[in-house]
Amino acid sequence: MRLSRRAQALLRIAVGAALAFIYFPLVVIFIYAFNSSKILAWPPPSLTTEWFSKAFDNEAAREAFFTSIKAGIAATAIALVLGTLASLAVARHRFFGRETISFLVILPIALPGIVTGVAISNTFTQVLNVPLSLFTVIVGHATFCIVVVYNNAVARLRRLSGSYEEASADLGAHTWQTFRYVTFPGMKSALIAGGLLAFALSFDEIIVTNFTIGAGEQTLPIWIFSNLFRPHELPIVNAVAVLTILISIIPVYLAHRLGGEDAAAPGRGAAGVETEATAVP
Amino acid sequence: MGHRLAGLFQGRPRLQVGALLAGPIGWLVIGYLGSLAILLITAFWSVDPLSGLVVKNYTLENFETLFNEPVYREIVWRTVRTALLVTITDAIIAFPIAFYMAKVASRRGKALLVVGILLPLWSSYLVKVYAWRTILSSDGMLHWLLSPIGLDTPGYGMTAVWLVFSYLWLPYMILPIYAGLERIPDSLISASEDLGASPFTTFRRVILPLSFPAVVAGSIFTFSLTLGDYITPRLVSNEQFIGNVIFNNIANNQPLAAALALVPIVVMIAYLLVARKLGAFEHV
Repeated sequence: MRLSRRAQALLRIAVGAALAFIYFPLVVIFIYAFNSSKILAWPPPSLTTEWFSKAFDNEAAREAFFTSIKAGIAATAIALVLGTLASLAVARHRFFGRETISFLVILPIALPGIVTGVAISNTFTQVLNVPLSLFTVIVGHATFCIVVVYNNAVARLRRLSGSYEEASADLGAHTWQTFRYVTFPGMKSALIAGGLLAFALSFDEIIVTNFTIGAGEQTLPIWIFSNLFRPHELPIVNAVAVLTILISIIPVYLAHRLGGEDAAAPGRGAAGVETEATAVP
Repeated sequence: MGHRLAGLFQGRPRLQVGALLAGPIGWLVIGYLGSLAILLITAFWSVDPLSGLVVKNYTLENFETLFNEPVYREIVWRTVRTALLVTITDAIIAFPIAFYMAKVASRRGKALLVVGILLPLWSSYLVKVYAWRTILSSDGMLHWLLSPIGLDTPGYGMTAVWLVFSYLWLPYMILPIYAGLERIPDSLISASEDLGASPFTTFRRVILPLSFPAVVAGSIFTFSLTLGDYITPRLVSNEQFIGNVIFNNIANNQPLAAALALVPIVVMIAYLLVARKLGAFEHV
């Protein structure tokens, strides 16, 4: 589009301001993590790294960290299996109700997290009489993680032509061999990307977690939340917060690089981004 | 075994679809939709005031409380109002960035901006709210920044809630609008320009109408996410939102919490129906 110099300059300023707005709190929390004072007044008097070692030594935080990792891995595994199955059905077959599958998969994330949380906890405690635990957290997380894997897998399958699979079948491979040697290798990087995003999503989640976790158990976000109101714990919370940002950003960055083929293909850029972007809590 | 099993599926597409969908459908329809249905039923139960146990007989008690207590009406209205305000704010901030990304930036700049917006979108939600809590506090960064020019931090309250929500959901608005703008062929814009339209007219008569469904698509996220949130109001205000009331009732009065949880569902369904009318689903 032909824009005047002034319009372009104004747009650049708007973009710069918005990016500054987006990164400003993250930068502030990074600086606070090195704050030598226990009080969160700005500016910090001097900087130190002692809170990171204190955070590593904090047993509750460490335990919460491993609980989060466990929940993330289990939820991701379930989401990978269910998301892949659903994507294969939708992208490679025609059947009644095919359009509804995408809607069904996205529903747990389109509805407010609190609804998913209340619904799942209600079913377990009131109807199934299963006490809340890490298991119920995993069920909740897997439910809203399916969409991330599904979207990535469907986008990839649409891009991969089905004719390779037909060729494989014509050459005498049976269904499983075709999947194992043709479809799966083509999908692999999209599945890894979806899995990484699902893990990042689960690792950070607090709303559904809060409703489905058992008494006495904590994921890392729950640990952060319960320590926010204890002033003398705040320096450690800051250090843990920075670690949490890093742990969620790294998988997302990797996922973007891996899924990037979908995004990089000409004319597909928007669609590639969108499948990842819309699949968010 | 594997061979025989695979042989079973050979040339039987219906069986294949069935096998592929059994797990996902079982989980999402029986598990998830089933849970939503049970939630609806639970909303008609009540709690025995003496024992505190759930009584499974059907009553409209919870809905009467919801409709008749002015407190709840006020909370629902406050939540919906905030969700609308946040959605409008985000649309206004997001549009120029999305436009720059889609139509002005170079290929490389585009890729960088997408990553630059995706990364914070996925980084810890709670940490971001917490960061704002420290920034907005009375001796926080905003106070330090604004006091030299005679202003001050808004402190904790509705302004803070609006600001933090708008911050949190901004990327959810930017990305769909960007995708929507990418789909507008440059030739349409050139045609408008060649026919003598000023950039403003091109924007108003060509770009805006074509990208409006994408704005609505983004608004589904900003709206829905605000409706269900209770962490942000808790951390940067003393105000009650729908989510807070649900959370406060979940331990002692699950039927009332269930009835309250139906409110965001109903509001979202109404919103989604309007969004579909506006063409948003071609963009999700």
